[in-house]
Amino acid sequence: MLSANLSAIFYLVSGVLFILALRGLSSPETSRQGNFFGILGMAIAVTVTFLSIGNFSTGFVVVLVFLLIGGLIGAFIAYKIPMTAMPELVAGFHSLVGLAAVFVAIAAFLNPEAFNLGSPGNIKLGSLIEMSIGAAVGAITFSGSIIAFLKLQGIMSGSPITFKGQHPLNALILISIIIIIYLLCSTQSSNFFWILLAISFLIGLLLIIPIGGADMPVVISMLNSYSGWAAAGIGFTLENTALIITGALVGSSGAILSYIMCKGMNRSFFNVILGGFGATEKSASAQNKEQRPVKSGNADDAAFLMKNASSVIIVPGYGMAVAQAQHALREMVDTLKKNDIKVSYAIHPVAGRMPGHMNVLLAEANVPYDEVFELEEINNDFANADVAFVIGANDVTNPVAKTDPQSPIYGMPVLDVEKCKSVLFLKRSLSPGYAGIDNDLFYKENTLMLFADAKKMTEDITKNL
Amino acid sequence: MEIDPFIFRLSIFILSIFIGYYVVWSVTPSLHTPLMSVTNAISSVIIVGAIIAGLAGNSDTIFNTSSIFGFLAISLASINIFGGFLVTQRMLAMYKKKKKDK
Repeated sequence: MLSANLSAIFYLVSGVLFILALRGLSSPETSRQGNFFGILGMAIAVTVTFLSIGNFSTGFVVVLVFLLIGGLIGAFIAYKIPMTAMPELVAGFHSLVGLAAVFVAIAAFLNPEAFNLGSPGNIKLGSLIEMSIGAAVGAITFSGSIIAFLKLQGIMSGSPITFKGQHPLNALILISIIIIIYLLCSTQSSNFFWILLAISFLIGLLLIIPIGGADMPVVISMLNSYSGWAAAGIGFTLENTALIITGALVGSSGAILSYIMCKGMNRSFFNVILGGFGATEKSASAQNKEQRPVKSGNADDAAFLMKNASSVIIVPGYGMAVAQAQHALREMVDTLKKNDIKVSYAIHPVAGRMPGHMNVLLAEANVPYDEVFELEEINNDFANADVAFVIGANDVTNPVAKTDPQSPIYGMPVLDVEKCKSVLFLKRSLSPGYAGIDNDLFYKENTLMLFADAKKMTEDITKNL
Repeated sequence: MEIDPFIFRLSIFILSIFIGYYVVWSVTPSLHTPLMSVTNAISSVIIVGAIIAGLAGNSDTIFNTSSIFGFLAISLASINIFGGFLVTQRMLAMYKKKKKDK
């Protein structure tokens, strides 16, 4: 059996390895090594836990069986999942962390002796507070992630669902969570513990339901952050350094990602969380629907334009993910490069449904990462480029964000696509993006609309090149 | 007067938040998706608590309400650990540099 001090040192080591795992992600070259550090840290933490308990009886075998079952399911999912489904997968994984935190909190509440927290009905006050916070945040993460998962998977409508009195109701529930934690601590009654879990679960559902599909990058990052805080809460209960360090890392990581995503949309965090964006503006734009002339073309026209260009910038968006067009796109770019045309990719921070979504898809299609640029890096290059090829993106290119203070997306950083000599806009129809606003770019002199499925059109263009 | 050990844990927590803040800002935006999947995997170190709960029963009662919750949490967390690290590995393997054969 490992002494408590020695195991604490090992937990610290695994915490440090987790820091190095995140540090590795600062560049793609070091990232694989970082992931290895993460795996090592996890292996150390699990082994040390076994050794410090020192109980290798039947219970140990049962633990291994459950660990193996979970591991096999996890490995199977990891190998089978298509890259386009990453947002759903991450949301699903968040819900599991949340539920695991809830289960550990329940186990600790029912059997506090096992964790040195006192006896049932007489749990140490500090531990009880930490435990209830961990359990509540875990339950919110769980139910919130389930809703996010359903919306991303398309099982539930991606449009925001709002009802009257939503915000007062949420506020009431949040206040009652605090009151119930207080009651739980003063009475130690298990009834309050179950009520706490139930209403935390409920608030998780209510918080995410009103948020629309395109705000999912913020929601996923936020739930990422929550899963970290839940882990930290449990870490305090278990007095485990590895868990406290990890919880803090994950919590701040998710918070930073949410901030970056909000900035990418020029919206405050509360504006996103309060939800309902896109529901009200849609009706407004429907009123002033005027028919404006649009130039539309076919694959032949697009191929002609690009063949005569010397530089092309590609702007991918969620539509590319939906159409699974990343491979077709890369083939088109290969053909362009053979004709000595310079090609680069421009990624808006909120393109897709989660942070970095487009980068992963392009990487999957074997696009070298040094051809892919962030908004700030490439925005000045549009003025010098011949063709901008917008595939499945919309709002992130809308010049209205720079010109019309009345617009709901005014102030949002956008890609200066309109500065290109010509713009190819690959889209299914003229319908507005999720923000429900018309894109001026469609009607510009130098814009050619390509109405088709992104994958099919890209393949046709390649044939015509 | 002795300092409550809670204060030490709180210190670790606060300092880790700061480490997280600076480390995550240095993550390149193109790796934000792997960042989310790897943070997912490491936050499943909560399995430590699940194992303690699972092994808490004595030899004649391996399965009591508390340990069953522990066992379930072990499975959930290990789905995440294996799934999270492997999918991150799979993604990171795809990030390649331009071939310098021109």
